[in-house]
Amino acid sequence: MLYINCPHCGLRSQNEFAYGGDATVKRPELNKEISDQEWDNFVYLRKSPRGKHLELWHHISGCRQWIKVERDTSTHEIFKTYTANEAIE
Amino acid sequence: MSQDFRLDNVGMVNREKKISFKFNGKKYFGFEGDTIASALIANGVHLVGRSFKYHRPRGFFGVGVDEPYAILQLDRNNERDPNIRATEQEIFEGLEVKSVNCWPSVNFDIGAINNFLKMFFPAGFYYKTFMWPPSFWYKIYEPFIRMAAGFGEASIKHDKERYEHKYEYCDLLITGSGPSGLASAYAAAKNGARVILAEDKPRFGGSLLTSDVNIGNQTGVEWTEKIIAELKSMPNVTVKNRSQVFGYYDHNMLVMSERISDHLPRTQKYLPKQRLWYIRANEVLISSGSIERPLVFGNNDTPGVMLSSAAKEYMKVYGVLVGKKPLIFTNNDSGYETAIEFKNNGVNPIILDTRINPSSDIITEAKNLNIEIKFSYVVVAAKGYKKVKSADIAKISDDKKELFNIENIECDCICVSGFWTPSIHLASQSGNKSKFNEKIDAFVPDKSKQQENTIGSANGIFTLEETIKDAFDKGFDVSNKITEKNNKISVPTVVEKKSTDHDKFWCVPLPKGKSYKRFLDFQNDVAVSDIELALREGFRSIEHVKRYTTLGMATDQGKTSNLNGLQLVSDIENKVVPQVGHTTFRPPYTPVSIGAIVGREVGKHSKPTRKSPMHSWHEKNNAVFVDAGVWLRPRYYKQGNEGLFEASKREAKNVRQNVGVCDVTTLGKIDIKGPDAAEFLNRVYTNAWLKLPVGKARYGVMLREDGIVMDDGTTTRISENHYHMTTTTAQAANVLSHLEYYLQLVWPELNVNVVSTTEQWAGAAIAGPNSRKLLMRLFPNLDVSNEGLPFMGYKESDLFGVSAKIYRISFSGELAYEINVESDNGYFMWEKIMEVGKEFQIQPYGTEALSTLRIEMGHVAGSELDGRTIPYDASLEGLVSKKKDFIGKRSLNRSAFTTTDREKLVGVVPIDKTTSIPEGSYIVKDPKAKLPNPKLGHVSASCWSVEYDNPFSLAIIKDGKNMIGQKLFAMSPLKNKTIPVEIVSSHYVDPEGKRVRS
Repeated sequence: MLYINCPHCGLRSQNEFAYGGDATVKRPELNKEISDQEWDNFVYLRKSPRGKHLELWHHISGCRQWIKVERDTSTHEIFKTYTANEAIE
Repeated sequence: MSQDFRLDNVGMVNREKKISFKFNGKKYFGFEGDTIASALIANGVHLVGRSFKYHRPRGFFGVGVDEPYAILQLDRNNERDPNIRATEQEIFEGLEVKSVNCWPSVNFDIGAINNFLKMFFPAGFYYKTFMWPPSFWYKIYEPFIRMAAGFGEASIKHDKERYEHKYEYCDLLITGSGPSGLASAYAAAKNGARVILAEDKPRFGGSLLTSDVNIGNQTGVEWTEKIIAELKSMPNVTVKNRSQVFGYYDHNMLVMSERISDHLPRTQKYLPKQRLWYIRANEVLISSGSIERPLVFGNNDTPGVMLSSAAKEYMKVYGVLVGKKPLIFTNNDSGYETAIEFKNNGVNPIILDTRINPSSDIITEAKNLNIEIKFSYVVVAAKGYKKVKSADIAKISDDKKELFNIENIECDCICVSGFWTPSIHLASQSGNKSKFNEKIDAFVPDKSKQQENTIGSANGIFTLEETIKDAFDKGFDVSNKITEKNNKISVPTVVEKKSTDHDKFWCVPLPKGKSYKRFLDFQNDVAVSDIELALREGFRSIEHVKRYTTLGMATDQGKTSNLNGLQLVSDIENKVVPQVGHTTFRPPYTPVSIGAIVGREVGKHSKPTRKSPMHSWHEKNNAVFVDAGVWLRPRYYKQGNEGLFEASKREAKNVRQNVGVCDVTTLGKIDIKGPDAAEFLNRVYTNAWLKLPVGKARYGVMLREDGIVMDDGTTTRISENHYHMTTTTAQAANVLSHLEYYLQLVWPELNVNVVSTTEQWAGAAIAGPNSRKLLMRLFPNLDVSNEGLPFMGYKESDLFGVSAKIYRISFSGELAYEINVESDNGYFMWEKIMEVGKEFQIQPYGTEALSTLRIEMGHVAGSELDGRTIPYDASLEGLVSKKKDFIGKRSLNRSAFTTTDREKLVGVVPIDKTTSIPEGSYIVKDPKAKLPNPKLGHVSASCWSVEYDNPFSLAIIKDGKNMIGQKLFAMSPLKNKTIPVEIVSSHYVDPEGKRVRS
């Protein structure tokens, strides 16, 4: 079970969190004209990288904040965690 | 029966306390502190089971977790416990155990015929036989295999025992209390670290209990007792016996099972049977020790053949002789320790040493004791069926290829030692790749993967002096990383007998003309010939060889067999062991009972049950409850002999005719505040929200980004920047996460806060033509006229001294109001509504009547918003704004979502007006069409319309818009029904919506 450092609460067990998918996906702006292809990429296309990956986790049984976690998908090593809108290094 | 094999005044069992127990129905005596194994051996019993495949007699092979043979079935508290290891289970008064895998008895076992048919059961026989004819599989082969397979029988009764879970944190977890575990725990504890020391056995000390050593001028046992006593007195140390750390998971999470009551006649009040510990450790020291390896020779599975270290432990710990004419067969010095122990207890052993002419302290000691030693000698085969009676022994050539002078000598047990295998399982589970140590012919852990280090013999260190020194250092080092106290204590002096190198020889060749079975894996009957066969048939990867032959599988997971198996494969393949590699070690290290894993989360504790504040009223009034998400809701209120159908019909009818009240506390409620709340709602919902006035509610639909309807509900503007959102009961949690996602990640610039208030408010929906009259009486000071409180209006008022919120919203399609009060006042509100409503013929109604009311009105709910429908499909397209953007809007342009013949919500009425249509039925044009019959759609919800007194259903069907008036068929293959139906409007009752606005 992973041990995730919530930037708001500190180290907490994985079972307090819900996984939220790829954190690098950016929602297109509202009212912006975009192609079907662009929208399709946003809604459906996700990479499944082996290695370092920036992910969203929701501290659902804790502070209820969405956080970003930089994790190695093959070793589970967690390098860094960020608040929702922190600049990513 | 007397304990003929019990030694006087030797061992650690409590001679003061005699305990009786039953094995296979027969009564035996042992002492407190005995295991089933030690007590049976004391009584001269060596036949305890039958082997898995050939049903060969099985005795005892080890003395602990590695035991492959002595698997028993236990009865305790009228419960069955399968696959108990006799070497671990302590006896208690009244214990009853029996043998498994034998019929009718362990002494006379019909299945033993397999032993004589063994040429038909080679490795992988089940992949080769039972193939033809195919029709035999279900009726003959499978039932036969199922009957023959397996060991113990699990109970089919509900397990009434309590199992607990515990979460623990520590600086340092140490897995095993042998010399390295004790030394490192002591060093770390003295340095201020929070330490957990876990020992699998009832007694602490590991090998110190049986070895003839001296630490700091004390015997191993004395030193153990001193250290344990001191550790127990320290507040920063937790010492646990009967506790097996069986799994090493990610981020230094380890799981340990503590056997709290298994050794007692019954579980004590307030104590669980077992407790599962989830331990998050900053550092782990793996001190799980090593397991002695068997030597392989003919019939080496005969009862009476056992590990030499086990024989020694039976003597030293339990005061029990495994035999009175022992033969010690060894390739290293360990066998000598056992021989000396026999000699010290007045028994004359014979040592067969495979080595040519070794010399060491301990060999000299054995010689001085006049123990008969034969160098370059091997056991060729054990003789005897249910117990060793003699052994064929032989001199072996220096190249270990040829046998000379085969002779038969009498013996009643053969104690084997093929050197030691470190228990690297936990390190391996943590991700540590192992490396092969040529010196000890075994794998040891390589570089640490997580925060773990392996110490003592688990790390291949076999001298006590080095073990103690290394463990003191490691205990200090890892603790100092955390505590930084620099409190290093001195290492005690260690005196031990020096030993010499072991012999790499481990498998005795077959003498000419003999075909003895030489077993590698004792639990699964895997012999040398099976591995040879697998390799002949082309299996190369050790993982494949394992699965084809079952080497290293089952409850012991090959603790004694793995390395010999690898050795054999590499010998045949002309490789070295590290080239072959080993199979993957996975948790659990030892079997764990399912009960311990489940813990307290059984039955009604498997998920939380939420009840509304009015729950006890519903109970008192004969409500029949239904699970709605995590909530319990009244499904209907039973009167007299009514069933679901009659009661829900009565309740729904009463709503249409008079007035009903429904507990709607379970609806999700979210409080939304902030200057940008209107803008936020406008982005979340498909319809327009910017112009909703204060004091008004609006119905809204929200989508996922892929355009599928996520949820619906009403949101009310309480004040300028304050909204009250309701969600469906089932989606409440998802909607909150969804809102938080957009506020925190996508539009952080919006100044809005959301919080769940589901549990803060108790809700009652009052619906029916009499509801306004009732409301006038409940709130005499409030103007509840159609002008004062119009449809979708909102007011706050006072309900007999309790503040209340009144929303004029309707799910039933009738004139209706929803009253919310603080949860604590919910029961009071409900009673008042029932009391005042009496004169208006009020009746409570449950979810079934609620469904009936909404279905015949054509209101959609979860069965239509099922995660597959877009607004159009559920006839909600009128709520989709064309002007503004919102979550999921872009997806609605997808070509599949804009086709004109999309599925759409319709009503369905059976032509005969009497046959109810099963939910889930297909709507088809031609019931006799060739299969698969093209389906137009499915029936999503069915009810008995109380308005028209006939069945009515909702369905979502292709081109629904143009199907009204068509005569089609509803087919339910599950219920074997085909019903002619007519497609009608989904708005079956009051299509203009006059009643809600009246």
